[in-house]
Amino acid sequence: MEESLTLKKLRERFPASIIDTHSFRGDDTAVVKRVDVVDICRFLKESPDLSYNFLMDLTAVDYLQMNNPPKTERFEVVYHLYSIKYNHRVRIKAPLTEADPTIDSLTPLWAVANWLERECWDMFGIRFDGHPDLKRILLYEQFEGHPLRKDYPLTGRQPLIGPKN
Amino acid sequence: MEKTATLARELNIREMTLHMGPSHPAMHGTIRMFLELDGETVVSSDVEIGYLHRGFEKTCENRTYHQAIIYTDRLNYVSPLINNFGYAMAVEKLFGVDVPERCKYIRVIMSEICRITDHLTNVGASAMELGAITAFLYMIKAREMLWKLIEEVAGGRGVTPSYVRIGGVKDDLPEGFQGRTLEAFKVTREVLQEIHGLLTKNRIFVDRTKGVGAITADEAMSYGFTGPCLRSTGVAYDVRKAQPYMVYDKMNFEVPVGTNGDNYDRYLVRMEEIQQSMRICEQALFSMPPGPIKIDDPRITFPSKKDVYGKMESLINHFKLFMNGHGIMPPKGEVYQAVEGANGELGFYVISDGSGRPYRLRCRPPCFMIMSGVSRLVNGGMVADIVPTFGSVNMIGGECDR
Repeated sequence: MEESLTLKKLRERFPASIIDTHSFRGDDTAVVKRVDVVDICRFLKESPDLSYNFLMDLTAVDYLQMNNPPKTERFEVVYHLYSIKYNHRVRIKAPLTEADPTIDSLTPLWAVANWLERECWDMFGIRFDGHPDLKRILLYEQFEGHPLRKDYPLTGRQPLIGPKN
Repeated sequence: MEKTATLARELNIREMTLHMGPSHPAMHGTIRMFLELDGETVVSSDVEIGYLHRGFEKTCENRTYHQAIIYTDRLNYVSPLINNFGYAMAVEKLFGVDVPERCKYIRVIMSEICRITDHLTNVGASAMELGAITAFLYMIKAREMLWKLIEEVAGGRGVTPSYVRIGGVKDDLPEGFQGRTLEAFKVTREVLQEIHGLLTKNRIFVDRTKGVGAITADEAMSYGFTGPCLRSTGVAYDVRKAQPYMVYDKMNFEVPVGTNGDNYDRYLVRMEEIQQSMRICEQALFSMPPGPIKIDDPRITFPSKKDVYGKMESLINHFKLFMNGHGIMPPKGEVYQAVEGANGELGFYVISDGSGRPYRLRCRPPCFMIMSGVSRLVNGGMVADIVPTFGSVNMIGGECDR
């Protein structure tokens, strides 16, 4: 199958940082090295023949229990970008190791990255370098653990908290 | 000037921190805002969400694909069928299957009815928060008729229809549905006319909404706004037009856009979208082909109840689909499917590992992105303007907090 323009351009521009690309069911996906995520997103956003001006979604996946096939890195941060001008979507994925789940923040590029990255930190415990205020968003400060990690139990209780002074 | 400064010192004037919500009538019980006030002007603000967080994604990752449907109902609970269809379409995309034509038409009709109820609720409620309780009651009258239609079709009223099945819908439309829908639309059109008379040129309403909570197109895109909030700034992005799904490419409709991106434009865009949705519905009702309403594939769709109780093969098939570890199993892969929800792009990102449960199910809630920009909308305005601004962005807790 022919590779889409976006993936081709990414390969040309960042030959060293693209780990893999595929287009399952028409969704263009590029797996990239985490150190280059901000550069790649800036390129996708600012290059005039791509102009991905929307950060549609940002989330993560915990591959701890994935055994079909097992992954070497535990986490993957997933970005969905959309270009209004060319009406095209692309998915960027950046694998992170369990020992160091850290990636650079996209807040300088999109304002919405602020909240999305907070949610990602809240749910997966992934740290975003350069984020202005990385704190929990859906859960409360005293919550222990990150619930969307696969090793977070389904049942159990969190410690009760009293009113704040 | 000097006199004012002295006065300020003597009167001990300082900025005040105010917590607005969550138990504030305008905050829907699901939002807390920390406001930094100078007199009545909002200097800075911080929005706290999460009061309605129920672990939607975690729950769905531990349920089968069919069991997740009822949880999608409770995302945007004012237009639940759109969430249903969006989720089902994501799973169908994983399978790589296409639903029958009639099913697509039914999905379009039900989505649009839901969109109308959502917009009616939003416009009505935000007008009520400004004191226009009559407008609210009129709109609820129309919504009630539409909810009755949904009840006829799905069995559940408004919030919990769970009408979709992966690969189809639960049942065909009932007898006489077309006539009753047209009747309901007649009432809705009358109501809209009355609302236009009550609000559109109403001095109080215009003063409270025009130029309030305005945002530019570039900023709105940076905040990831979609739906009426983005279109009110002049960007004509609508998933139904940009990437047509179901049979929206066969429908004739327009995407209304505003210019200023303020509360008034959001109101006008929603009012016009109701008209367009009715247009789509009417076209779909008249051009709907006969035929099956679900895919004929025993690995994906359930056999009909009549067959389950009457045929042994169907009974076995039913058991197979419902037994633990035997349900529907999409092939390994990942997909992102977007539909146009009432508030904007509603996306489902599903990863399958080939088992009967989604390995990862992520919902892209349009409200979440819009809420991230609410601070920007209210900063610099008056405290009282928070109420119409917050009302017009249509925050739905179930979707925002999941």
